[in-house]
Amino acid sequence: MAAIVVSELRKSYGALAAVDGVSFEVESGEVFGLLGPNGAGKTTTIEILEGYRRADSGRATVLGEDPQQGGRRLKERIGLVLQELAVPPLLSVRELLEMYRGYYPSPRPVGEILELVGLTEKAEARVKTLSGGQQRRIDLALGLVGDPELIFLDEPTTGFDPGARRNAWQIVRNMRGLGKTIVLTTHYMDEAQELADRICVMAKGKVVAEGSPESLRAATVARTRIRFGLPRGVSPDLLPVSAGAVDGVVTLETLTPTTVLRDLTVWATGRGLELDALEVTRPSLEDVYLELTADE
Amino acid sequence: MNDASLAAQQVRYEQLSFWRNPAAAVFAFAFPIVFLIVFGTLNSGVTVHVNNHRVSYDDYYIPALITYGIIGASFTNLAVQMSIRRDSGVLKRIRGTPLPSWVFMTGVIGSSLIVSVLLTVFTTVFGMVVYHVQAPHHIPALIVTLAVSATVFCALGLALAAVIPNGDAAPAISNLVILPLVFISGTFFPIDQSSVLARVASYFPVRHFIAATYAAFDPASTSSSGFQGNDLLVLGAWGAAGLIVAVRRFRWEPRRT
Repeated sequence: MAAIVVSELRKSYGALAAVDGVSFEVESGEVFGLLGPNGAGKTTTIEILEGYRRADSGRATVLGEDPQQGGRRLKERIGLVLQELAVPPLLSVRELLEMYRGYYPSPRPVGEILELVGLTEKAEARVKTLSGGQQRRIDLALGLVGDPELIFLDEPTTGFDPGARRNAWQIVRNMRGLGKTIVLTTHYMDEAQELADRICVMAKGKVVAEGSPESLRAATVARTRIRFGLPRGVSPDLLPVSAGAVDGVVTLETLTPTTVLRDLTVWATGRGLELDALEVTRPSLEDVYLELTADE
Repeated sequence: MNDASLAAQQVRYEQLSFWRNPAAAVFAFAFPIVFLIVFGTLNSGVTVHVNNHRVSYDDYYIPALITYGIIGASFTNLAVQMSIRRDSGVLKRIRGTPLPSWVFMTGVIGSSLIVSVLLTVFTTVFGMVVYHVQAPHHIPALIVTLAVSATVFCALGLALAAVIPNGDAAPAISNLVILPLVFISGTFFPIDQSSVLARVASYFPVRHFIAATYAAFDPASTSSSGFQGNDLLVLGAWGAAGLIVAVRRFRWEPRRT
């Protein structure tokens, strides 16, 4: 069953169409990545689903309800991890979680949540004494404490150091393991690739691509990139393929990597040359993403 | 948890936050006392004419000052605090939880009432011990007057928060709104009731708050129970107006730039 159905959603601010006819579905139990550069319309879309904004037109259904009408009953089933929202700074982490537990009909134990987000040792610390990354974990904890079916994660790792990001990713995987449906917005391609079952790429208020990370990569007719160090004393125009060299490194992109590689290796072995640092790569999802969201 | 215990929980956490900011808490309590000492000293031995009686300045000033403390703890405090919480996103976050708005507001108002009660007791006892002023004469009338008035000024504070553009502007705006009323309503010195200023003040709630509170302290009150029905009625009307504006216009998110 679909946890979220969005069809032809539109929302303008003045002349700017922030969300311009967006449609997608999120299945129960999946991690859905909403990806796009700043200003793509991700946050506006999410905030319509969370009930903060009213769409100008189109339909949005969240857990079978209209987010504008769902009210308290719907909010009890949803966890929000929003961006840049403060909490009462003078309460301790434990007090804050206890307070939020009271808002939900069947919350998870505080100890378990602290464990899950890695704040057990900071339980008695006042919120304002925590570092930025720790405060972000409080956001995660507050989104989880009500044991929601559906969780919105709005750029959960922005500003994290690499270690903290890995931890946050593990938390998201744990949440998925609990059977939660997760909608994740991010502008980090590697994050979407790492966590999402399905990715929807937005640019300028529109969906420009949608699919699994793999299919998304396959769908863009992307070339394979071959790169190697130009052997000493060889000029680029002697190579069996047409390619330029920059600082002694040859980079070429091809749709027929097998043929190109054969030509290259036959050529090199025939001359007793070694292709230093030979590298064959598929475009990363990052490249696909940049291609999709590029201006014009 | 049912809504009543949720509201009680909110009051408890609001109180925790309040007392953990000692600078603000001490300020709230020191404020009336400092005023009391300054004006009490300036007007030492002075008598004033109130409701056709001559009373010592301190006997007039203590009830008036209590109203000022309560207005600070309710009206000004809520207008400023809600604007700041809106800017920082605390309100938006709360809005995303199942906590009903009215329960959240009840928690905020309840906490403000507790501070108001403590302020009243503190200021009264200080006045009795240091300035030998009379104890409040009509206790039930005092309790009802203060509870009604503090709630009214909370509602007005929330209404003002609805129209304040941002947290930085909040202290200036709320003081600009309330201080002129505080002065013309006779908080620091009784105003001649036949004057234009007094006429203007009579349309606003501060004047009626002072009159009703003074009557509850005054052994020679015109009403035997110390209740001032008309004053409470005007206060109630302002409170209802404040509530309507607060409910209709309250914003949980900062204004988009």
